[in-house]
Amino acid sequence: MSEQQVQSPLPGLFYLRPAPDQPPFVEVGSVVTADQSVGLVEVMKQFAEVKAGVAGTVTAILVDDAAVVGPGDPVMTIETSD
Amino acid sequence: MQKLLIANRGEIAVRIIRAARELGISTVAVYSESDQGALHVRLADESVLIGPPAAARSYLDMDKIISAAVDLGVDAIHPGYGFLSERAEFADKVVEAKLAFVGPTADSIRLMGDKARARSAAEAAGVPTVPGSDGPVDGLDEALAAAEKAGFPALVKAAAGGGGRGIRIVKDAKELADAIPVAQAEAQAAFGNGQVYVERFVPQARHIEVQIFGDGERFVHLGERECSMQRRRQKVIEEAGAPGLPPHIREAMTSAAVALAAATRYRGAGTVEFLYDAVREEFYFIEMNTRIQVEHPVTEMITGTDLVREQLLVASGEPLSWTQEQIEFRGHSIEVRLNAENPDFGFMPSPGTLKSMQMPGGPFVRIDSGFGPGKEVSPFYDSLFAKLIVWGETRDIAIARMDRALSEVEVEGVVTTADFLRKIVALPEFRKGEYHTTFLEDWMAAADAAGTGAGSAS
Repeated sequence: MSEQQVQSPLPGLFYLRPAPDQPPFVEVGSVVTADQSVGLVEVMKQFAEVKAGVAGTVTAILVDDAAVVGPGDPVMTIETSD
Repeated sequence: MQKLLIANRGEIAVRIIRAARELGISTVAVYSESDQGALHVRLADESVLIGPPAAARSYLDMDKIISAAVDLGVDAIHPGYGFLSERAEFADKVVEAKLAFVGPTADSIRLMGDKARARSAAEAAGVPTVPGSDGPVDGLDEALAAAEKAGFPALVKAAAGGGGRGIRIVKDAKELADAIPVAQAEAQAAFGNGQVYVERFVPQARHIEVQIFGDGERFVHLGERECSMQRRRQKVIEEAGAPGLPPHIREAMTSAAVALAAATRYRGAGTVEFLYDAVREEFYFIEMNTRIQVEHPVTEMITGTDLVREQLLVASGEPLSWTQEQIEFRGHSIEVRLNAENPDFGFMPSPGTLKSMQMPGGPFVRIDSGFGPGKEVSPFYDSLFAKLIVWGETRDIAIARMDRALSEVEVEGVVTTADFLRKIVALPEFRKGEYHTTFLEDWMAAADAAGTGAGSAS
């Protein structure tokens, strides 16, 4: 078991929900697969999905919805299941 | 009008500030935290910080913008394009605050923002619309009857779709019969609304639009613009006028646009967009944009008018400056949009600080930009950082000038689309003016398949 950080690959605005009126992609305690989307980053009006990268359990969400992020900024932590 | 607030940023905010200053109107810029050092802030007489970078909390915050305007004793608000420019609620709020809205009435915005009502308004004004069903089709018989009017190939479109989603092409009645139930089920699943309609499919359609202007009493057109060079439905190159458009079609199209403006007693600058079928020599109303457009400079270049100045005059209650006969057309103009994007990597956004920004000059070359050396192209907004516009006595001269001007562009700090644009300008199809709305993507796909890479700088 180890903790992995999910980082925003791009600068922009980081969203925790696919749309304002929809539930968040994940919450603390959510069990995720490596290719599961955990957030969206908006850069110059284009949207890129951010994947978990590893399988495990979300242990912390480090940013608010629609937070300003830089490339490489940590956005959540996942405890890996292996 | 003594004092104007510009509810926008980037090149269009700069463009509006310039027009206001030439009229002796003082200007107020609004800006977000990430735009502190922006050019529009520096050029305005006054400026107000309105919120954090996210547009929803700054440039789209109606109440904050209006209260800033009231606090600073402004008497008019210009919304530019994008952001709040086509939000009827904003136009209403501006008027409720006893300020002038530089644009049409909220009712005009509402009418043209509703696809079905806009289409009915066009039909009532005698403007041709795409042949097909009147609204959603109910069952196969209605679909077949609509396809009869539309002709084959026809499109089955989800009423709630948009941006190219939820569309299928059918070749004949049998394909239509197969497609209707599937399309309805798909539309229900994708959009939560199973309604579909049927209309004519125009292969190799061109997008041609007409600039109109009104003061609520008199209405004129300022010619057409060719906007078919598109990538993902975003315009890449625009021209005035449209190459090869037969004169009788130009006449009919511009008259139709003026008729629609007159029927809705339109006030201000507007654009009536048409889909043009070059094979049938027919055009159909798509929609009307109730704002100044990104590509307005090409119209200014061939008519010698200042459309933003005219917007400010009309919003001040002045009558239109020109009659139709006074608007003269001369030469040809082309605009390209220089974006901070990387064509070699799927047009990935390329925000960053402009370490250097050398823009072209010389006769009949115009740059409209909200940026300059040392400025930051931030990740929070549009990737457009400059528009390059040229004029020439003929289209060939304008093309040669655009090629020369693009060769002078030198930007460091962000990746730009300049080389990509220069390649398009060199294409024989562009030179001959023989392109349509899917041409660019087809060409890019073919270049990718051939390994020559549309984006690569070969």
